Amino acid sequence: MFYIYCPYCEEHREEEEFHPKGQAHLARPEDPDACSDEEWGDYLFFRNNPRGIHHEMWVHALGCRKFFNITRHTVTYEILETYKMGEQPTITAETEASRPAATASSTDDRVSTETKGAQGVQA
Amino acid sequence: MSDIRQFQTHPEVDVATESPLAYSLQRSGAPAITSTSQVILRERPCLGHLILRGGAIVLDEALREVLGLSLPSQPHGLNHDASGERSVQWLAPDEWLLIVPGGEEFSLESQLRDVLGDSHVSIVNVSGGQTVIDIEGEMARAVLMKSSHYDVHPSAFPVGKGVTTGFAKTSAILRRPSASRWELVIRRSFADYLYRWLLDAGEEYGIGVER
Repeated sequence: MFYIYCPYCEEHREEEEFHPKGQAHLARPEDPDACSDEEWGDYLFFRNNPRGIHHEMWVHALGCRKFFNITRHTVTYEILETYKMGEQPTITAETEASRPAATASSTDDRVSTETKGAQGVQA
Repeated sequence: MSDIRQFQTHPEVDVATESPLAYSLQRSGAPAITSTSQVILRERPCLGHLILRGGAIVLDEALREVLGLSLPSQPHGLNHDASGERSVQWLAPDEWLLIVPGGEEFSLESQLRDVLGDSHVSIVNVSGGQTVIDIEGEMARAVLMKSSHYDVHPSAFPVGKGVTTGFAKTSAILRRPSASRWELVIRRSFADYLYRWLLDAGEEYGIGVER
């Protein structure tokens, strides 16, 4: 079970109160009529499936019923941070790659040490 | 005054009103309170429930003017007026639940709309859709611990807090207006299920229902 920090309720809640809602930060094309079929198809149907850091939209379905974003590690399932809609993540694949610890062989060790100060998951 | 139409749900004519638990009390019964009852249930039916949505500042000013009650600004805040009969609770950053004695909600809604004018807010009367159940007694917290995954320890759930959370296999608003009393605000359509759940959960503590 995860213990997820809701940025609107400002406290940790049980995972069963939340639902995942897919990839975050998908911008609808400004002018759909001027889009190529490929652009529109990418927007509608194609999603990232990274190995590592992924930004997702979740909804606090049983609580405040607000959508928010989660930065999650798809290998360890570790939740690195949660942030409100409209905000930008502080942890991305790029910031992780630039960290010296990111080259360590054990992924599990890396995640457990770096989330100590983060709000995403509480032990 | 905005041009929104309002609906008086308690008309002058004498229309019979039944509590959401009327069926359950008939079918499942109500165990009597005895000297060994450590949990006591009490329904407070037919109160006025209003959902306020909009900006915190305009709603706070309007509510102060009409009821003398301030809007809780912090998440999970629950404010009562001096009599303890009217309460306003934080549900989401732009949503609050206002509960007043039954019959007051229509005039209150009109007064609020007068004060709010053309502000971008929404007031919805949900009185018919939900009901309030009080849970009291020394083992009340034990019943809640069996039913909800939310932490109800006094250190995590002080008086004056209210949360929307999972309860049994559905959701409910759980609030703590005083040290000894807990309140559940539940949906009418789940009232029978939750009533029977509570009777089952409280059986070992000799649960009694006050009618």
